[in-house]
Amino acid sequence: MSEAAFARERPFGWPQRLICLYGIVWRESLRFLHQRERFISALVRPLVWLFIFAAGFRQTLGVSIMPPYDTYVLYEVYITPGLMAMIQLFNGMQSSLSMVYDREMGSMRMLLVSPAPRWFLLTSKLIAGVAVSILQVYAFLVVAYFWEIEPPTWWGYLTVLPALALSGLMLGALGMLLSSLIKQLENFAGVMNFVIFPMFFASSALYPLWRVQQGSPWLATVCRINPFTYSVELIRFAFYGQVNWLALAVVAGCTAAFLGAAIIAYDPARGMLMRRGG
Amino acid sequence: MTAVTAAPPKTAVSALSVENVSHAYGERIALDEVSFHVAPSSFTVLLGLNGAGKSTLFSVITHLYASRSGVVRIFGCDVARKSGAALALLGVVFQQRTLDPDLSVAQNLAYHGALHGIGPRETRVRQAAQLARVGLADRAGDKVRYLSGGQMRRVEIARALLHWPRMLLLDEPTAGLDIKARAGLLEVVRGLIADEGIGVLWATHLVDEIRDDDHVVVLHKGRVLADDSSRSIVLAADASSIGEAFTRLTGPGREEADW
Repeated sequence: MSEAAFARERPFGWPQRLICLYGIVWRESLRFLHQRERFISALVRPLVWLFIFAAGFRQTLGVSIMPPYDTYVLYEVYITPGLMAMIQLFNGMQSSLSMVYDREMGSMRMLLVSPAPRWFLLTSKLIAGVAVSILQVYAFLVVAYFWEIEPPTWWGYLTVLPALALSGLMLGALGMLLSSLIKQLENFAGVMNFVIFPMFFASSALYPLWRVQQGSPWLATVCRINPFTYSVELIRFAFYGQVNWLALAVVAGCTAAFLGAAIIAYDPARGMLMRRGG
Repeated sequence: MTAVTAAPPKTAVSALSVENVSHAYGERIALDEVSFHVAPSSFTVLLGLNGAGKSTLFSVITHLYASRSGVVRIFGCDVARKSGAALALLGVVFQQRTLDPDLSVAQNLAYHGALHGIGPRETRVRQAAQLARVGLADRAGDKVRYLSGGQMRRVEIARALLHWPRMLLLDEPTAGLDIKARAGLLEVVRGLIADEGIGVLWATHLVDEIRDDDHVVVLHKGRVLADDSSRSIVLAADASSIGEAFTRLTGPGREEADW
């Protein structure tokens, strides 16, 4: 048959890979649009924090002038970047939940029988999750705008985009790594408790590090080694059109480390799948 | 228990060749030196009870993970070393339903096409032909959720054929289907061999799906007990049907000796 020869002669090159990436992102977005509850809960969660938590603490927690802010800012302005990162944290963990689910349901196998290299498939899946998380963040920013939370210039909406992409990649890669370690779906609730909540609370999302330092030097140290803190700071500075180089370096390094570990964990010859029997 | 093993004819390259594949999960041995071949344009049945090692074998063939030892080749392409080329020639229908129920039939096929590097326009052209083949040409726009179990399986076959594979793997495709749907599915797949010259490996534990001239590989507790045409296995086991032969090969031999 000519098709067989065709398939053998045409290896899976970059044009095919791009089609593959496009297809994975397209399917993920389509699924997201179909799951309206997921979109609404992704939007409501940070808004609850913003409208209720931040409004309540407005009087007690003032934030003095510190970079990137050059004036005294309201507490809700301070926590907005933290909430953007929180959206991405939940989304990253949720995509990893969907990978555990996919693996049990077999559609993970569907993905992995593609002729594209496995690292490429996993990275594509990751990019698809990041695209969805960025959509969620912008939806949140639209609502926040009407609450009078906005960057100093309109450019902030643009300059925050690369920061969101990178921090989304880091949190998504972490989720993917965790998904390879979770044996069954039920264990995921534990991840919520032991990963999402500690990462969010022990970070600079809700309070500046200098304030944490005053309260508990020990907690401040934990915050300083928590990669999520750097996601938040990267986004915070980017929203104000600035680059926090330390945060950039930490987030980029962690992204590479988490993604590399996830690819090894999903490797056919070495990975966890083999030991467990898929 | 002696293995009834026929040396496969080595005239042409096999659609699928499994050579000395062994695999273990920790201490538990799932596959023990499994070897067999599937010729192009043939219907081979992988017959085994649940837990015989069929799913592990499928995972190894589809390169979900690598076996501890042994080689799997698809038209000569080593699955572990040249997995891209091997997987491009392979179509798979998994035991679990892997269609997205909230998406339409066409969207599911488009996703699969993309995974195989086929663009949306080309996929649309191919999907019409493949859906017509499985008798679902008019259901492309329907959500998968509204299809029957048998129809979903047919869509999965159409999907598995979208990238023009030369070898088709089906893992217990008739599980959960009624008699009519099972017969229909078998007819579609057997038709493929006649029309397209595709090699088919059909895993099942249901002996009534086997015809006399089918090639049968009996897998039991991770070992190949027989590898021959159904007719020859029946003869060799001195049985009257493949079902009886299977029971003799796999069942506790002592009971039979008592009779």
